[in-house]
Amino acid sequence: MGNVLKLFAAAALVAFVLPGAGLAADAGHGTEIKAQEWSFAPPFGHFDRAQLQRGYKVYQFVCANCHSMNLLSYRNLGEPGGPQFPEKAVATLAAQAQITDGPDDTGKMFQRPGKPSDRFRAPYPNDQAARAANNGALPPDLSVMAKARPGGPDYLYALLTGYSDAPSDMTMSKGMHYNAAFPGHQIAMPSPLSDGVVDYTDGTEPTVKNYAKDVSAFLMWAAEPTLEERYKTGARIMIFLIVFAVIMFLAKKAVWSRVHKRDHAAKSGA
Amino acid sequence: MAHESTYTPSTGIERWLDTRLPIPRLMHDQFGVFPMPRNVNYWWTFGAILSFMLAVQIVTGIVLAMHYQPTTDGAFDSVEKIMRDVNWGWLLRYAHAVGASMFFFAAFIHTFRGLYYGSYKAPREILWMLGVLILFLMIATAFMGYSLVWGQMSFWAVTVITNLFTSLDTLIPGLGTTLVQWIWGGFSVGEPTLNRLFALHYLFPFIIAGVVILHIWALHIPGSNNPTGVEVKTKSDTLPFHPYFTIKDGFAVVLFCLLFGVFLFYAPNYLGHTDNYIPANPLQTPPHIVPEWYFLPFYAILRAIPDKLLGVVGLIGAIVVLFFIPWLDTSRIRSVSYRPIFKWFFWLFVICCLALGYFGSQAPEGWKLLWGRICTFYYFAFFLIIMPVVGLIEKPKRLPGSITESVLGKKDTSASGGNA
Repeated sequence: MGNVLKLFAAAALVAFVLPGAGLAADAGHGTEIKAQEWSFAPPFGHFDRAQLQRGYKVYQFVCANCHSMNLLSYRNLGEPGGPQFPEKAVATLAAQAQITDGPDDTGKMFQRPGKPSDRFRAPYPNDQAARAANNGALPPDLSVMAKARPGGPDYLYALLTGYSDAPSDMTMSKGMHYNAAFPGHQIAMPSPLSDGVVDYTDGTEPTVKNYAKDVSAFLMWAAEPTLEERYKTGARIMIFLIVFAVIMFLAKKAVWSRVHKRDHAAKSGA
Repeated sequence: MAHESTYTPSTGIERWLDTRLPIPRLMHDQFGVFPMPRNVNYWWTFGAILSFMLAVQIVTGIVLAMHYQPTTDGAFDSVEKIMRDVNWGWLLRYAHAVGASMFFFAAFIHTFRGLYYGSYKAPREILWMLGVLILFLMIATAFMGYSLVWGQMSFWAVTVITNLFTSLDTLIPGLGTTLVQWIWGGFSVGEPTLNRLFALHYLFPFIIAGVVILHIWALHIPGSNNPTGVEVKTKSDTLPFHPYFTIKDGFAVVLFCLLFGVFLFYAPNYLGHTDNYIPANPLQTPPHIVPEWYFLPFYAILRAIPDKLLGVVGLIGAIVVLFFIPWLDTSRIRSVSYRPIFKWFFWLFVICCLALGYFGSQAPEGWKLLWGRICTFYYFAFFLIIMPVVGLIEKPKRLPGSITESVLGKKDTSASGGNA
């Protein structure tokens, strides 16, 4: 058992360290992303419902003015493992958006209030319109943003709180903004958050740091809506496997003990 | 070991089958009483682990294919839809993606085990070559599968790798370009490319499964090698496959599943690249194009060689050279454990492969490029120079007289007349 444990420990070590060395190398881009404490950290974490609800509010009032989230539907906001807005609240949130539907019986497109089954309303009809409205820059879709950048939610938090005046020795391109976390430090998006821009009703301080934290958590949920289910299933399966491994080990020992007994007899008999 | 059949059909249906399609006889002889060297260690369990992983990949892959759309507009979103809206879709998709890494991890260990214990030497040359063929097919399959996600890294990996064929233009002008356009089904990587990658990605695992059957067949003629490299001499050197190795392999598979589970449930994206969560964009090249970790050593070899065509030759040669090692190794004995000089070169080779993996992940410049080149040189020198030369000049340590002796000590050998 000692040998096999060593073997698998070595195997596990190699599996973790080797690709990590490779990934760590291009994670930085010369910027430092500080790790934050998140309620959804593995292996037993879960999303903080209130935080996700606040995060959605920040997204809705700030981010959604420029960024789409095409992979999400309003119904997702009420599903287990997410912000879990009550059913009525989901219907209300959906109805706040005007959705283009159609064509109707006369062949015309029409506007109607959103339904829970609708995808999040995109702020622009197409990429060209988005660029035209944003100084040529395209605000990326945020659906899987928390998985699409090294550092994930840590990076998003660092980015949203990373705005400051450019250092005096740096020349900024026209229309660009200095950001400590952004690769190259020049970002087209102006600082989106400032203290008090979104009302919090649950007593949380309406500060940039809280907004950034909440919306980063929300984006993590948006990118990984099955995260809680994954951890829960994982815990069950890992416990099963550990028990199974012990049983298999004992069974293996029992089976092989026949050989060891026979060897012992042969040795002492010879 | 090709051995006499000891099967006697005991029921009517078995007797009926035995004169028509003797599957019970095959199972009894090959997986029941099949004689295994009794001293094989846990490194020998990776064959079973790999069979298990192939099954995992095929089963999850078939279900994923039921939900996947091989179109440039739909591919990325359909993968995300699987993760969000398909029942257990996240489990299927992450099991398949992480499973590919686990599959390669096990395959590399299996290959290094064969290399260390000389499992490629006569009479197991064909067994080894079939294994190399499987590795080659796995590389092709994994590459095509990775492209199907149609993220930035997928798209640019396909672009970079298919473009390698243009290096053939230096041999016959136009040959490479024509070939690449034929592969693409157009003038750039696009929907026809994605469609054929999908079709072939579905096909290849079944070819792998076929070659695996040949691999096991070729294994069951000479039988398994063992840590001493000494052939089985008497019946006391062996134990029947069932129950001794079914239980041992089973235990190892469960342990491997624990490792698999850690990645699958708690860090499913750790082994991947974040850029592949950005939808493919033909107009924007990512700052660093890097393959999945299991291709990094080969990628390092490709980039270490300054000439494009020779780089491709090196890339392919890194696998092809493995086909020839049964004849490149001149040693009289198999196991590296008994080879005092070659042992050092072997472990240096292992370090060299890990180092190549690291250099493959780095930008090829400065000391990293230099050391990538040194490692590339050593990679080939190990097979082409060290293996033939060291085998001739080395004086191996004394081998145990038999497998039984290696397990029980010398006392037993005189009595080992198959009476155990």
